[in-house]
Amino acid sequence: MNYAQHEHHEFVEASTEALADATLQTALVRLTDTLLAGNRRGYAALADSSELRDHAKAIKEHTLSHLDQYLEQLEASVHRLGGKVHWAATAEDARRIVVDIAKKANCKHAVKSKSMTSEEIHLNPALENAGIEVTETDFGEFIIQVAGERPSHLVAPAVHHTRESVARVLSKHLGEDLPDDPKSLAMVGRRVLREKFRRADLGITGANFAVAETGTVVLVTNEGNGRITTTAPRVHVAIMGIEKVIPRFRDLPVFLKLLARAATGQTLSVYTTMITGPRKTGELDGPDEFHLVLLDNGRTNILATPFRESLQCIRCGACLNACPVYRRIGGHAYGGVYSGPIGSILTPLYDSVPLNPHLPHASSLCGACQAACPVKINIPHMLIGLRELQHEYKPSRWEEWAYHLWSWALCQPWLYRWGMWAARLLMRWQAVDGWLSHLPGPGSEWTQVRDFPAPAAKSFRDLWKEMQT
Amino acid sequence: MITCLADGFFPDVGVATVKLLRRLGVTVDFPESQTCCGQPHFNSGFHDDARDLAKHTIAAFAKSPLIVTPSGSCAAMVKLEYPELFHDDETWHPRAMALANRTHELSDFLVNVMKVEEVGARFDGSVTYHMACHLRGLGLFQEPIRLIQNVRGLRFVPLERYDECCGFGGSFSVRYPAISGAMVTDKAAFIEKTGVDAVVATDAGCLMNIGGCLNRKASRVRILHLAELLAQT
Repeated sequence: MNYAQHEHHEFVEASTEALADATLQTALVRLTDTLLAGNRRGYAALADSSELRDHAKAIKEHTLSHLDQYLEQLEASVHRLGGKVHWAATAEDARRIVVDIAKKANCKHAVKSKSMTSEEIHLNPALENAGIEVTETDFGEFIIQVAGERPSHLVAPAVHHTRESVARVLSKHLGEDLPDDPKSLAMVGRRVLREKFRRADLGITGANFAVAETGTVVLVTNEGNGRITTTAPRVHVAIMGIEKVIPRFRDLPVFLKLLARAATGQTLSVYTTMITGPRKTGELDGPDEFHLVLLDNGRTNILATPFRESLQCIRCGACLNACPVYRRIGGHAYGGVYSGPIGSILTPLYDSVPLNPHLPHASSLCGACQAACPVKINIPHMLIGLRELQHEYKPSRWEEWAYHLWSWALCQPWLYRWGMWAARLLMRWQAVDGWLSHLPGPGSEWTQVRDFPAPAAKSFRDLWKEMQT
Repeated sequence: MITCLADGFFPDVGVATVKLLRRLGVTVDFPESQTCCGQPHFNSGFHDDARDLAKHTIAAFAKSPLIVTPSGSCAAMVKLEYPELFHDDETWHPRAMALANRTHELSDFLVNVMKVEEVGARFDGSVTYHMACHLRGLGLFQEPIRLIQNVRGLRFVPLERYDECCGFGGSFSVRYPAISGAMVTDKAAFIEKTGVDAVVATDAGCLMNIGGCLNRKASRVRILHLAELLAQT
């Protein structure tokens, strides 16, 4: 299977393939090094970054506690401005709503600003099936669209590509022989995308934030494509997960201060676009129609569970950059739309817990994700929570009993001592200088690249007795 | 509290901890009913089993006024997870909280409780330092480094990506040996690049993983627990 093209549930196979991909390894180290350093620099530059992050988290938690109220307020605010709000319970509903809007307004050419939510609902194939041309206008998204691939990072979707592979992809697409220097490639993107923008009659975006009080939809981008997407076409559809609402306009700076810093280390992203309804009489730019699609797709089911904290995520990608696992296997290995540590929580919850048995375990629980997160989401705890949940969905009796027997034995100090003695007897005779180069059974993989220590000749509790005399 | 890993595999870490604490005038006891803190069970999602072990550990240390452990991992389990495991248990939650408040990882105890950074240790050689992940959760970023830098005769060489996980992660290293292996291979390469005599860490888990990789590479860099370094005079 081509893991870059298709979503999948083959974590082990895909991650093994990724580890062997030298180009991917170089790209991942380069990107995550740069972005993680940016994240740390970004927080360090703020005198009170930790408190600001606590504050942002508190706003999110407050909003989630009154989600129904703020969503209705948002709906009323958008209506007041002349926009329309659509409620989508499922991905299918959301796709149908967007396709209907496009058909009704007789749109044929859609341009899109980068949106993970639109990836989540698999919008592009639905629009294309309805005869609407769709063009991704974020350059990274454009590259992977042309290559027929999925994003491999929340904010850097084409991170798995190098400039050489980008040149190859675009050359093939355009039937030209393009040089592989980034500037020329960007100019090619500009040339192609300008033409798409000129023809577009439908602009589709996500939403980084939506302010309940004012009905303002906020987009954070670096390329300016979001701004053209929301102003040039005559219809604008913004799709957002219901957790993206924030109560007041004055809450916005808290998040704007954190989002770009967390993601890349920038003080602010290059463009912060605030859309407050469709074009009003006398205004030069802006769409005739503005639609906001509020997507649930499993979110309200999470609200009353221990996984509620995952709804605080602002999709900055900081946890991916900080994660030592992500930086070695990249985004496609995770199999779902969302990758990295947060994806290992979202994918099982939104897709299926039993179909994604590996994701909650694909972490050493090192906590680097939480340390980088702008809202300090306790990702390790939720991964452990999902591991617990797995036992309910698909209990492995063998594993359950093994752990149970183990913990029971550990509660009997004499049995613990006996176990240590047995391990010593079994393992020590084959050790060389205190290390074993082969372990049997599931341990054999462990000893592929490293040795395993043999138990010591005397345990600490034996030595402790000697230290008393 | 001597972790099960140190008890069975790295007993010298326990011995060094006792020597060091005694040298600093601390009276040391080792309640022999202690076994394992239950972290493997907790991390694998077997929370009932983890609760059994937590109760066993809480009982084992019921009479200890202060608990010091040469492991960020076990300290984090006791301090951060025990109270969480019993959050809705009226009997055990206060006991878990009490143990959590009395428990300290070794460097935390030395620097923040005893207020010593110079423990009278001597080491003739160069070392680098790998930060164990659980110290992140405990907020112990500077404590081990200050202790190391105050060792006489020691030359400290910073480690590139010193706070990146070595790839151990308990069951993670068994479930995903290839990913874990890639992580520890990188870690060992960074350590080798420093050209030091020894790599110091605060946790037996990291040391067995990193040490296993260094040993496989026939590296001359040896592994040293912080307690072992600080116990030397």
